[in-house]
Amino acid sequence: MATRVQFENNNEIGVFSKLTNAYCLVAIGGSENFYSVFEGELAETIPVVHASLAGCRIIGRMCVGNRNGLLVPSSTTDTELQHLRNSLPDSVRIQRVEERLSALGNVIACNDYVALVHPDLDRETEEILADVLKVEVFRQTVASNGLVGSYSILSNQGGLVHPHTTTQDLDELSSLLQVPLVAGTVNRGSEVVGGGMVVNDWAAFCGMDTTSTEISVVESVFKLNDATPAAIATTMRASLIDSMA
Amino acid sequence: MEYISATTDQPVEVSKILCCQCGTPIEPNPANMCVACVRTEIDITEGIPKQATIHFCRGCERYFQPPAEWVQASLESRELLSLCLKKLKGLGRVKLVDAGFVWTEPHSKRLKVKLTVQGEVLGGAVLEQVFVVEYVVAHQMCDDCHRVEAQNFWRASVQVRQKAQNKKTFYYLEQLILKHKAHDNTLGIKPNHEGLDFFYASETHARKMIDFLTTVLPVRYQHSKKLLSHDIHSNIYNYKFTFSVEIVPISKDSVVCLSKKMAGQLGGINQLCVVQRVTNSIHLIDPSSAQIAEVSGSKYWMDSFQSICNPKQLVEYIVMDIDAIRDKDRNFFPGQGQISNKHVLADVWVVRASEIGSDDAMVHTRTHIGHLLKVGDSVLGYNIQDCNVNNDHFEKLDRDKVADVILVKKHYADRSKRRAWRLKHIPRDDTSIGSANKDYAAFLDDLEEDPVLRQNINIYRDPTKQIPVDINDVEDPNEPCIRLDEMLEEMHIDEDTDMHE
Repeated sequence: MATRVQFENNNEIGVFSKLTNAYCLVAIGGSENFYSVFEGELAETIPVVHASLAGCRIIGRMCVGNRNGLLVPSSTTDTELQHLRNSLPDSVRIQRVEERLSALGNVIACNDYVALVHPDLDRETEEILADVLKVEVFRQTVASNGLVGSYSILSNQGGLVHPHTTTQDLDELSSLLQVPLVAGTVNRGSEVVGGGMVVNDWAAFCGMDTTSTEISVVESVFKLNDATPAAIATTMRASLIDSMA
Repeated sequence: MEYISATTDQPVEVSKILCCQCGTPIEPNPANMCVACVRTEIDITEGIPKQATIHFCRGCERYFQPPAEWVQASLESRELLSLCLKKLKGLGRVKLVDAGFVWTEPHSKRLKVKLTVQGEVLGGAVLEQVFVVEYVVAHQMCDDCHRVEAQNFWRASVQVRQKAQNKKTFYYLEQLILKHKAHDNTLGIKPNHEGLDFFYASETHARKMIDFLTTVLPVRYQHSKKLLSHDIHSNIYNYKFTFSVEIVPISKDSVVCLSKKMAGQLGGINQLCVVQRVTNSIHLIDPSSAQIAEVSGSKYWMDSFQSICNPKQLVEYIVMDIDAIRDKDRNFFPGQGQISNKHVLADVWVVRASEIGSDDAMVHTRTHIGHLLKVGDSVLGYNIQDCNVNNDHFEKLDRDKVADVILVKKHYADRSKRRAWRLKHIPRDDTSIGSANKDYAAFLDDLEEDPVLRQNINIYRDPTKQIPVDINDVEDPNEPCIRLDEMLEEMHIDEDTDMHE
């Protein structure tokens, strides 16, 4: 199920939140509306945590994480780091990285098994990434753009990439990641899909501008609703025909 | 095996995305929306009025072009289209790709213009849109028509008059006006008794005409004005101005009698002179000595002289004998004016063409056109002896010293049929000074005979006539004619002519 949400009138919610299968980080805003939307959807399954990184609210762009771990930039203060350690489950490893491209969310896109990283990313960071998040790392671009974290978003079920990605690139990325990929947009035609939405294996949040078409693309590629008409035609088809025979 | 690789034919194929509004698969574009959805979202013609008014004067069938111009434009014409487009505000924000008229009933007072515009939307996507603007044609009388309606359409008039027997100078003036386009600002030209009236909307235009006339002809003028109305509160006076212009009453080929004083001032020239030509001054030549003189307009008006014979009185003579006078036989005196070296002085014996055959009719005279004449030629001249002249200066002359006959020009056969050129005419209100009379024919003859006269005017080739190529085609090789290189080709705009041929 995909939910529309806005952070203080801003539709770029991927900037102000970070969603994984094990936890959800939410920026500290003026009101609790943003937080409560996440809490309402996720509180039963995973912790939803208020967080800031280096005093900033743009946490979604500054850190990168999955079920196994969380990488934060070196500018993160000790208090913030301590707060995260206290709030997140013990199974999640948290690590500070010294990286020139400190907006880790923009340069890295990952799910629980693989990560796409900016071609210029430091070798050391790549090693930490593989070690902490337990992912296989690929240096790639999306639609000839190095900011893979901004222009793509991945879950274990599927992925959404920049609309200008060629079919060839799409095939190549898809075979690397071993998940189906689709080129698409969020927020009424915005191509910054990583900035416009967050997703994990069972929930997705998009900006308030996202149209129903975009929602349906998101839901189908991330397999968020099992009761789609497509599901009736594919997975249930055999049993239906069986029963009718 | 019929496996065909999907990627071989199109190596760089951008994957289709779904339009974010309606979900149709499209190529990704800057808006990431299909064209139809962008159209519904954004109207690039916003801010361009869909209705406008243009003003049309029914009197002269012209359209108003702001701020103050009235232009002629037919329906569905390029001019009208540009006028319509200028009326539309907000066209600067978009790129106009195409414009054309949609047909409307000519009397409906409506014009419809179909415009195709391109505009940039949502960061780089170019959208093209077609829309129709309707124009209401509103009636408004233009200033000129308003003037005419109010019956005071002219403010200044120039009355050109010549108190002379023949109108050659007028024909010359007409050609000068045409060549210099001096009639551009006239509201109307009206032939009048002994001349023409030119009407103008403002005094400055009339003054310009006066300046033109004073430079090309020896004239004098008087200025008068008539108060039409005035406003004592704002000190505005409304006048009509009239310039009365008098051209010297002397035309080419007349014989004039100068006063003794003036003849002295002009280098001791003979008092009886032939007028060679009238340009911006009067060119005189003495037939008995080939001495020439030039009388400017101002000099003429100080001490005016009259013609004693004019070209209507010309009589045809036949040259019986001719004898050129050499320079050593001529007597010169100190202080004498310029002697023409284009003319040859000669003693001639002539007989009147009507009296040829009788012995005692032979008359002796001296002439300045000895270079043109040979025995047997016919020549035109004045029979001074038998003329009835009323002129003070002429009466004081010693009658013995006056020649019996003054020869003026050689007579040629009628050349009007072979004339391969023509002149243009000023479009007049009516054509009472026509080109079909004898004076006009004489004027054309003069042009052929006098290259100095015709260098001031435009001569057009007559396309209906053939120019003789070979000298043998011409009957009389000595006959004066205008060469092809002196003629201009007229411009014809003929709609039927096919441009490709």
